[in-house]
Amino acid sequence: MTKIVDLPEGEFVLSGNRACAGCSLGIGLRAITKALDGQMVMTVPASCLTVLGGMYPVSSVTVPWINVAFASTAAAATGVAAGLRAMGRADGLTVLAMAGDGGTGDIGIQALSGAAERNEDFIYLCYDNEAYMNTGTQRSSHTPRGARTTTTWAGKRENPKDMPAIMEAHGIPYVASTSAVYPDDVYDKVAKARGIRGLRYIQMSTACPPGWGFDPRDTVRLGKLAVQTGLTVLYEVQNGVFGLTSASRTLAQAGRRRPVAELIAAQGRFKGMSDEDVGEIQAWIDSRWERFMARESDPAGH
Amino acid sequence: MPQNPTAGVSLMTGNEAAARAARLARVQVVAAYPITPQSPVVEQLSKWVEDGELACEFVAVESEHSALTVCIASSTVGARVFTATSSNGLAYMNEQVWWAAGARLPIVMAVVNRSLAAPWNVLNDQQDSMSERDAGWIQLYCRDNQEILDTCVQAFRIAETVNVPVMVCYDGFLLSHTVMPVDVPEQAAIDAFLPPRPKPLTVVDLADPRNIGQVTLADPRANAEGAVCHGYMELRALHQRAIVQALDVIPRVDAQYTEAVGRSWGGLFWEDRLDDAQIALIAAGSLATQLTVTVDALRAEGIRAGVLGIRAYRPFPVAALRAALAGRGVALVFDKALSYGFGGPICNDLRAALCGRADAPVVFGAITGLGGRDTTPDDLADAARRALADHDAGVRERADDWLTLKL
Repeated sequence: MTKIVDLPEGEFVLSGNRACAGCSLGIGLRAITKALDGQMVMTVPASCLTVLGGMYPVSSVTVPWINVAFASTAAAATGVAAGLRAMGRADGLTVLAMAGDGGTGDIGIQALSGAAERNEDFIYLCYDNEAYMNTGTQRSSHTPRGARTTTTWAGKRENPKDMPAIMEAHGIPYVASTSAVYPDDVYDKVAKARGIRGLRYIQMSTACPPGWGFDPRDTVRLGKLAVQTGLTVLYEVQNGVFGLTSASRTLAQAGRRRPVAELIAAQGRFKGMSDEDVGEIQAWIDSRWERFMARESDPAGH
Repeated sequence: MPQNPTAGVSLMTGNEAAARAARLARVQVVAAYPITPQSPVVEQLSKWVEDGELACEFVAVESEHSALTVCIASSTVGARVFTATSSNGLAYMNEQVWWAAGARLPIVMAVVNRSLAAPWNVLNDQQDSMSERDAGWIQLYCRDNQEILDTCVQAFRIAETVNVPVMVCYDGFLLSHTVMPVDVPEQAAIDAFLPPRPKPLTVVDLADPRNIGQVTLADPRANAEGAVCHGYMELRALHQRAIVQALDVIPRVDAQYTEAVGRSWGGLFWEDRLDDAQIALIAAGSLATQLTVTVDALRAEGIRAGVLGIRAYRPFPVAALRAALAGRGVALVFDKALSYGFGGPICNDLRAALCGRADAPVVFGAITGLGGRDTTPDDLADAARRALADHDAGVRERADDWLTLKL
């Protein structure tokens, strides 16, 4: 496993971008572009990443970046890969589709599912900040239960969609879950994915100060707390073989998760949740964690 | 790549003619989704790719939205691309139809014209492509299967000259599934006419990384070096200039094609016995071909009728139409589409083009053939006789004539 201090020093994300203060997306994007050594073409739909990228004629990244329609990220990556092959330019270039959770699990799921079924040759990275943050914090299918958004004023009633499981069901060669506040884990997974052909899906939890309701200085602390509670789980499934990684692996070995109540109390979006509701979320996390433990003890099973 | 094995005259459907044109153009990426009556176009291309006869990436996507998306993305990185669709498939693409044009990509798409639901109906009218009139594409309409083949090939040259995508529109079933003799040019003749695609307007290059299609403000804005770059409105004006420039490019490309292949299609529109006509019968597509039969009948009665067949609907050939119609008594426009609450799109565009011209004919509209409603040359002749009678009675404005309507 690569240590943070050993990440390559070359940068493909310039300082001074338009992301919000404390946004973890920039941390993740730096690790992703380093892992691909800048040898990449991105397709990006409407999302916070569009904002981070800047406005014409100024860009905050030094890699080719193609903006695409909201629903079309995976199909656009398909087209870039096909076009590069047809032009004889595909060698050494990785196509990276990168969209938010709404752009992935809601409006973009049809194109993504189609591309996965065809096992198109690109990396799809979903950065999951758990709502439509770019448009002002409306609920998405990835918004957790209890979270208040501008379209769930009393708190969302449903648990979030499990996109990595949906992608795994497509039988693609690589599926992983990571967190932007663990750039070493992000780097390792993208670097591994770079060496695999076919559709590779990585979901990256991306702590969001304004959307989740916490101080920008707490981004890394909150992101790590989400992993320490077992809500965000760092893992990968390569050719059907499961493995916890990084802090989640350590957590499983230590066997002591922190209560989700700590994570809930630290975020404004969960304000006013009843103890009973917190208990139900804890029970949901516990049962999910048990399933991960079962897979960890029998990696090729399932 | 093997030379075209069927060069010379063969019997083929309009759909096969379109597929053959894409092959002759050496398309590099085709992405498509099935819909009646378009499907045989891409079935044929898929087979040629599978059989190794066409060196092309064929992507069988999961929707029309993705079909055009794949074309947009492949075209962005520099490939020559082709797709085809119809009806609700085109409607489902709508967002990407605008994107392809705004991104100034020389995509060629065959639109096999079919009515739009609801209710379901698979037969021909032109509502699908007419509804995309304002999306910034060039639209060319074909009268027969030979013109489909030749126009699809020409469309790549036109699109790649002005960096505007082209819809090649032809009537579902009436042409798409009807067999006609089609002369297939030699590959060498097409290669001489259509060079490989020139470099795109915006390149995808690691050595010169661009952020393509990013948020663009209304006003011009300086880049990091201080050079002022276009605002959104400037980009839109350049797009408009490019599509207007196509008014010169379309006839020029037709002339170059004539030189290479020996056939001409008239560029922006074509005429049949229009020179001395008192009534001009106007339509796009196979309906205009049918109107030539109507003119035979009317001429036999001593009525001086002629046909003007619209080839380029966008850009709309305003100046050329004014000149061609100057001095005619009546222009009767047959539309197989409708702008609901107003009238036929070609008719109303023609009225706008002729507005205020002292030498312009009176323009009457007729709505026909919706959902594949059969319209015979006799029905069309009756409509022409009614229009002339109204004109002779001093009528200068009237409601659209809905042919064969039984309400």
